[in-house]
Amino acid sequence: MQLRLRDVTKKFGDFTANDRVDLTVEPHQIHCLLGENGAGKSTLMNVLYGLYEPTSGTVEIDGEPVAFSGPGDAMAAGIGMVHQHFMLIPVFTVAENVALGHESTRGASLDLATTRARIREISQRYGFAVDPDAVVEDLPVGVQQRVEIIKALVRDAEVLILDEPTAVLTPRETDELLAIMRQLRDGGTSIVFISHKLREVRAVSDVITVIRRGRVVGRVGPETSTDELAALMVGRDVSLTVDKTPALATGAALEVRDLTVVGDNGVVLLDGVDFDVAPGEILAVAGVQGNGQTELTRALVGLEERVTGSVRLDGHELTGLRTRDVLARGVGFVPEDRSTDGLVGSFSVAENLVLDRCHERSFAAGPSLRLGAIAQHAGSEVAEYDIRAGSVDSPVATLSGGNQQKVVIARELGRPLKLFVASQPTRGVDVGSIEFIHERIVAERDKGTAVLIVSTELDEVYALADRIAVFFHGRLMGIVGPDTPREALGRMMAGEPAESVLPAAPWDHAGDDDAAAPGTLSGGTDRGTTNPLPPTAAPPTPSEPTSPTGRTAPADRHEGNPTA
Amino acid sequence: MSATTAPAGADQVSAPPPTELAAGEHRRTLLGSTVQSVLAVVVALVLGGLLIAVTDEKVRDAAGYFFARPGDTLSAMWTAASSAYVAMFHGAVYNPSGATFADRIYPFTETLTVATPLILAGLGVALAFRAGLFNIGAQGQILVGATLAAWVGFSWHLPAGIHLIAVVAAGALGGAVWGGIVGLVKARTGAHEVILTIMLNYVALNLVAWLLTLPSFQREGSSNPISPAVDGTAMFPKLLGEHFRLHWGFALAVLATVAVAWLLHRSTVGFELRAVGANPRAARTAGISVTRGFVVVMLLAGLLAGLAGTAQVSGTEHSLTAGVAASFGFDAITVALLGRSTPWGTFFAGILYGAFRAGGVTMQSMTGTNIDIVLVVQSLIVLFVALPPLFTFAVRRSRASTHSQEAA
Repeated sequence: MQLRLRDVTKKFGDFTANDRVDLTVEPHQIHCLLGENGAGKSTLMNVLYGLYEPTSGTVEIDGEPVAFSGPGDAMAAGIGMVHQHFMLIPVFTVAENVALGHESTRGASLDLATTRARIREISQRYGFAVDPDAVVEDLPVGVQQRVEIIKALVRDAEVLILDEPTAVLTPRETDELLAIMRQLRDGGTSIVFISHKLREVRAVSDVITVIRRGRVVGRVGPETSTDELAALMVGRDVSLTVDKTPALATGAALEVRDLTVVGDNGVVLLDGVDFDVAPGEILAVAGVQGNGQTELTRALVGLEERVTGSVRLDGHELTGLRTRDVLARGVGFVPEDRSTDGLVGSFSVAENLVLDRCHERSFAAGPSLRLGAIAQHAGSEVAEYDIRAGSVDSPVATLSGGNQQKVVIARELGRPLKLFVASQPTRGVDVGSIEFIHERIVAERDKGTAVLIVSTELDEVYALADRIAVFFHGRLMGIVGPDTPREALGRMMAGEPAESVLPAAPWDHAGDDDAAAPGTLSGGTDRGTTNPLPPTAAPPTPSEPTSPTGRTAPADRHEGNPTA
Repeated sequence: MSATTAPAGADQVSAPPPTELAAGEHRRTLLGSTVQSVLAVVVALVLGGLLIAVTDEKVRDAAGYFFARPGDTLSAMWTAASSAYVAMFHGAVYNPSGATFADRIYPFTETLTVATPLILAGLGVALAFRAGLFNIGAQGQILVGATLAAWVGFSWHLPAGIHLIAVVAAGALGGAVWGGIVGLVKARTGAHEVILTIMLNYVALNLVAWLLTLPSFQREGSSNPISPAVDGTAMFPKLLGEHFRLHWGFALAVLATVAVAWLLHRSTVGFELRAVGANPRAARTAGISVTRGFVVVMLLAGLLAGLAGTAQVSGTEHSLTAGVAASFGFDAITVALLGRSTPWGTFFAGILYGAFRAGGVTMQSMTGTNIDIVLVVQSLIVLFVALPPLFTFAVRRSRASTHSQEAA
């Protein structure tokens, strides 16, 4: 089956998400759609999948124009889609999930036997190792994704759309997925692979279509070099490495000891974590989503209910304080999801810029808001952070993702800070804004603020980090230097502690007592449980990135910028 | 965190993220546009007119020979509907057959009198809406406010001026306590405010009924469940002289509208309440206490409803009965809905509903049209206010089905 998008244009009001896109997916082909976040890839696929109606242009199958009014039609035509967010019911079994909406019945009763057999057959053919009777919520993310793929294959999909499938996977799971994709292609399924990760794209694609600002800007083969691809993607040579001097970190502004967070269901989400962040230092937390990083940031600002352990900022205990009081002590917080936690969509830009500051003297006189001052403040922040908004009175929901994020960053960096905590600071943000936000974060560090960044993008971690912490299943796998190879971080993300990945991991200077007495593990507050510091390791100053093990595969690091 | 709640996505520059959309949809049902409100009223009036026409006796007679002279039926229909609405207008706004100017504008002052408790209680409901709470409990809050106001009014004997202030304060306090309980329980236990307010309405109603059986609340020499009349010093003075029932309670309603407008848009408390209503998660992340917001907004909502109870006791009824709140507490919900939960929208919606009530009586006595037709029109208005999202939904569905036909 040949699938073609002919001159597809999709507009949302004045915004053109797709501009005369022409795309042909041949049979037996892995066709990659490469583009930055916000380039219009997902919009295009939603048009293809019948979720959006194109403003103009057509979708054609084997030369015949078709019109899908919804996913049902697309599925019937042999197009399957695996969304970034899985569409699975966690408490159902694999078979039930696969059968859902497609149930075969015997009289009034559900006939799952056929589905089970189909799952086994597909599973066997592609080596999926999926048990049809396993409950989905018990499965690892990578396997859940395979269930999604099975769902599409059971419905005889000939074209499979994978929307950012690797965003939630560990490096190993990613490699497995790439292998599966090749097998599917060899078995006759064509695949549309949406991604912005150059390494994966080059590894697996037959054809790469590069999209920028809604337009096709290039159609190349997988032999194209990463820097060429990156240049196509962003339209100019981009440097993801921020110019920054080594951190002059001494002492500890933030001291986290034995921090544990328990979820509503009694599951331990963060398990006895110890670390320090020095003033003027960026500690970047790497790890696959859902390994406790979100809970860590939320616990720091008092948003988690069941927290034990200690968090000290400049010697003052923060645990047990209300969020308002934590913020008042000079903590800036950028939550992971700006639309649900960071912004009030219906509020204006100006209002959002003072969301956690409306009681400050500059914005309120007694119980009364100083609307003039708030508007003025908004005007200057919008100018300083180059926030593109119709006006400061426009609802913030009408802004693009990048500009929304800039509103959050501007708000949180707009007051004197001792600690800046940012979770996924540039998710869904265009490249220009990413650079700008990174520069701002480094500038804040250089003011002497302790900075904690959580990011699932390794490129971002490398660009910002003075030290890198890796989390797995709520535990700290170790803290390593900024030059630790990608492969080593990948192993830590999959659950190997730092000391087994790297012979010596001298970057964890949790507790200055350790630095003073490197021979003792049990000094002061250190529990010795999660600290990967071997008893014999000498503590070098963090400003000298001279880890002997940290330079084994430097070429693999900055995908977006091989010249770095 | 499980995989199903994993990364919020890329490529959402174009359309706002799904959560935004959902929240927006929800708010639009509450707030929407003024145009929609006006349209809802107009369409409801037209349909109400049709209903008046088809239930009219003359119309039915004319319909008997419809095919011989259809014009008769149509003109009878027009006469029935228009005369009913004209009568309603005369009863609610301006009575041209009045002997004096005062007589002629008397209907409008009646409208404002009836609107007073509707506006006050409506503001309470609207304020709670804005903080994301569905306050069904205005009825109970009015009753408790009225009870306390009446008790202070007839059992305390204070000098003029001070007595009235005490009565107003007591009414406000009664309502605030009744609303505050809801906020507190919701904040502490997470119980749903709709259930709480509905149940507290029953508690309030039965509490009043029981109190009125006690000697201390019963009028001397009467076995009816009615309290002694409040002192003259506890009554709102008439606003336009003794000829009219309109009292200073209406001025209080105007003042309350101004106060609520200030609170919502120009105060830190209102800023936080609106944030809690629009996106509680973001509010919490910004250090705003959502639970405290619930308590504060329910205290204020109850206070406003309590003032409505005071207006009834001190303004028009002058004593406490179990029926003192009439159905104002429930009408207040529709008033707030029609007013799109804005202070001034609620104010004018309150006056409109006041006009329906005042005019409905005249309509029934002059044209014999059943007063229940007013209820029908009111209900239709609510229906049409709530309809737009339903309408968009229907359009989307029908569009989808045409597409699938094309595809087939």
